[in-house]
Amino acid sequence: MRAQPNGSQLNFRTPSRTAAPAPDLKMAVHGPVVKIHPVVLASIADSYERRNEGASRVIGTLLGTVDKHSVEVTNCFSVPHNESEDEVAVDMEFAKNMYELHKKVSPTEVIIGWYATGFDITEHSVLIHEYYSREAVNPIHLTVDTALQSNKMNIRAYISAQMGVPGKTVGVMFTPLTVKYIYYDTERIGVGLLQRTRDAPNRAKGLTSDLCQVGGAATRVQDMLTTVLAYIEEVLSGKVQADNSVGRFLTDLVSKVPKISAEDFESMLNSNINDLLMVTYLANLTQAQIALNEKLVIL
Amino acid sequence: RDVAKRARMSSAASSATRAGSLNGRPGRSCIPIGPHVVLKMIKHYQEEGQGTEVVQGVLLGLVVEDRLEITNCFPFPQHTEDDADFDEVQYQMEMMRSLRHVNIDHLHVGWYQSTYYGSFVSRALLDSQFSYQHAIEESVVLIYDPIKTAQGSLSLKAYRLTPKLMEICKEKDFSAEGLKKAMIGFEHMFEEVPIVIKNSHLINVLMWELEEKSTVADKHELLNLSSSNHLEKSLQLLMDRVDDMSQDIVKYNTYSRNLSKQQQQKHQYTQRRQQENAQRQTRGEPPLPEEDISKMFKPPQPPPRMDTLLIAGQINNYCQNVKEFTSQNLGKLFLAEALQGHNS
Repeated sequence: MRAQPNGSQLNFRTPSRTAAPAPDLKMAVHGPVVKIHPVVLASIADSYERRNEGASRVIGTLLGTVDKHSVEVTNCFSVPHNESEDEVAVDMEFAKNMYELHKKVSPTEVIIGWYATGFDITEHSVLIHEYYSREAVNPIHLTVDTALQSNKMNIRAYISAQMGVPGKTVGVMFTPLTVKYIYYDTERIGVGLLQRTRDAPNRAKGLTSDLCQVGGAATRVQDMLTTVLAYIEEVLSGKVQADNSVGRFLTDLVSKVPKISAEDFESMLNSNINDLLMVTYLANLTQAQIALNEKLVIL
Repeated sequence: RDVAKRARMSSAASSATRAGSLNGRPGRSCIPIGPHVVLKMIKHYQEEGQGTEVVQGVLLGLVVEDRLEITNCFPFPQHTEDDADFDEVQYQMEMMRSLRHVNIDHLHVGWYQSTYYGSFVSRALLDSQFSYQHAIEESVVLIYDPIKTAQGSLSLKAYRLTPKLMEICKEKDFSAEGLKKAMIGFEHMFEEVPIVIKNSHLINVLMWELEEKSTVADKHELLNLSSSNHLEKSLQLLMDRVDDMSQDIVKYNTYSRNLSKQQQQKHQYTQRRQQENAQRQTRGEPPLPEEDISKMFKPPQPPPRMDTLLIAGQINNYCQNVKEFTSQNLGKLFLAEALQGHNS
């Protein structure tokens, strides 16, 4: 345990944090589960990129909703602050103002904590955390490692706990919490597009149009099928141990394709295709009609 | 597989640049958008706007030479009955002032709106976009279609008023002659500007991180075969609009019939006048004074053409959406057929 005495406050850091290989899932014990929406992380990354010259990290407020066992983080905004070796100044007026403005748009969001970019929890964090304890009940603290210290962007959440010997000076300990990512359906699709953008050259991607999208989705399914087939080949040739659960999933998959007799399927397919063709025809007709109308009026 | 991916990306990029150059202005090509803007818009609709309500917000960014870049956005609160004293302008001013403190670009470059099945061509949109474009020439309105997005692919389009339409709005001349002079058809009202999502390197790292940690499985809604619900609603809206359109056309027809009837009446009146005057002259009486004809026959009010134009534009939009949807579904049906053929 490493202790850094600083006046009347101590902050401790559990050693397991730096040693564990899969830290997020193994450590969290007490306290609520933190569910983060990707919009929060994207905003944090953006505000880090826009930070003032000389500032090494950015802090801001987290907004969201609190549940019995979980805290859902849905929004955030950055707060200007100055940090030097021995003091830290946070613009609290600004934080209050922004919160008021945000409340007008989404009245259900409350301050649930704060975030900071950077790997460590410094002494200043304790002070900032104290301020936020005044705003919210049991605030959580989120760190996003934008400096990529361990070659990964570590996203962790902490909650503060009192510790120490009763009667003597009380210290504050930040205990880690489980972090989960949750998405709305539409958010997931947005994130999917962003994932694909990351693979594109130039890091830029336009939005594709109708049939291309279906083609893209089909290719993705095809890729997945190829992977599964490769696995099956390997199991059959004895290279890989057969896994029962995977086998069960495979049977599920194959049985999901419905067995319909050829004529029934033909008729279903044809009626659907006819519906769609008719609608296309009507749409084209309507468009021709209004175009004609336009021309006649202009005459 | 990689070749196909690369080919697809290059075709997407080339189609984007082609669409950009179709506008005829070399500077107005794609608009880059930051990824958190997209996520914020999605979240705003998800949380605040269910049903047919429209959510709106402001886009912030910068103008780089001729191009626009969208780097941030913030939502507008809903209009409620009991918020009579809520000052929108003040909210906007305060928001922008605060954002300036954290180094966020505070140039108002446009606004965004969600839409219900693609129905956004309306007078209100036109007016708002006109006031934005009047201030900043490159501003756009981003239309986010949440229902289409929920079906599998992000539907985000940027529109701008054509210069012709801007002229007309400036003159406030919405009569038939004015529109005829400018030769505006419904296709020339809005021009679509292609948008590109630009990831910064940090966001790329974030995306890799999320992919590793996230346990949410892909749901593949894009390959969903059920289409009738969506199609039904779209067609319903289309039919309503076509009804509006036909009413408008009837109005216009009555107007033109009235006008021609009136012309005839005027003609008859002048003829009768002339005849009487000729008769009086032969009888040696002073001719009747020439009366102001236009005051006697007040011309009928021409119906405003702007609404017709908007309805036509809206119908066009609906038809486009429906066609896109049906083409996608046809593709999916053929996929299903291939799958069945494989098995049986």
